[in-house]
Amino acid sequence: MGLVTAAAPMEIEKTEPAEEVFAVPEPDVPWVTVVHNDPVNLMSYVTYVFQSYFGYSKDKATKLMMDVHHKGRAVVSSGSREEMERDVQAMHGYGLWATLQHDRN
Amino acid sequence: MSGQFEPLPGGGAAVALDDVEISIIRSLAVQLLELIGPGPAEDASDDPLAELFAEGPSEPPSDPVLRRLFPDAYGDPEGAPQAQEAEEQRAYSAEFRRYTENDLRAGKREGALAVIRALDGVASASAGGGGAVLKLSADESRQWLGALNDLRLAIGSRLEIADEDDTDLLYRLPDDDPRKPMVMAYLWLGGLQESLVATLMA
Repeated sequence: MGLVTAAAPMEIEKTEPAEEVFAVPEPDVPWVTVVHNDPVNLMSYVTYVFQSYFGYSKDKATKLMMDVHHKGRAVVSSGSREEMERDVQAMHGYGLWATLQHDRN
Repeated sequence: MSGQFEPLPGGGAAVALDDVEISIIRSLAVQLLELIGPGPAEDASDDPLAELFAEGPSEPPSDPVLRRLFPDAYGDPEGAPQAQEAEEQRAYSAEFRRYTENDLRAGKREGALAVIRALDGVASASAGGGGAVLKLSADESRQWLGALNDLRLAIGSRLEIADEDDTDLLYRLPDDDPRKPMVMAYLWLGGLQESLVATLMA
């Protein structure tokens, strides 16, 4: 874990069996959901979303909101790719601008 | 326009709206509804399962409002990915879109419809008078909160608000600027939404 930063391979062009060994995705490379800053969403609303969807405490939700606001982005959850797609879909449902990616830390 | 939601004892929220305010919110919700469009099965067939199995689009919407409401799920907005990585992100985003966008559109459609229905109930109660009090349950408050946010995102896209400086500029628009009415609605809805969040966080 940790050092595997290559993107997960898509299911294409598995021509050489020898390469397939390296094409198997690492099952425990975590993915993260990233929320990006935007000037329309209210700070209070973003905090509310983090509390009500993720169940985070008011302190944690506020800190994440401030990270989004000041740093332009914050990692709000991590897990499997499927879980992160679920979180990203939920964030889009709330109107927050979110993407998922491999954890690069 | 100084409408503010107040918490109701036992949950929920209430706000006094006059006829102009009711018609502004209603008309914005109708416009959003038209922009989002009907579900995939509404104009297709009699097959009740058609909607379940209908795949969503794989390309991002061309309208900037819809692109903001249904953004790409993969890709770093600040990053400059290599060509191969960018291609991969496009493919992942397209797949995500096919499986989620119909549901997301349905959710936002229901939110806008709930707003319109509630306003129609209030408007008939007010019956051309000076306005009425809109009362929402806790569940309705949460639905309204999301719908108000969608309306503000839509107006924000139309006004091309891309960063905090743009918002500051809006406060200083001259009165004869053609964007002024929409800006007034945007700022007013922001206050309305702020007061509704407060009732839910209390």
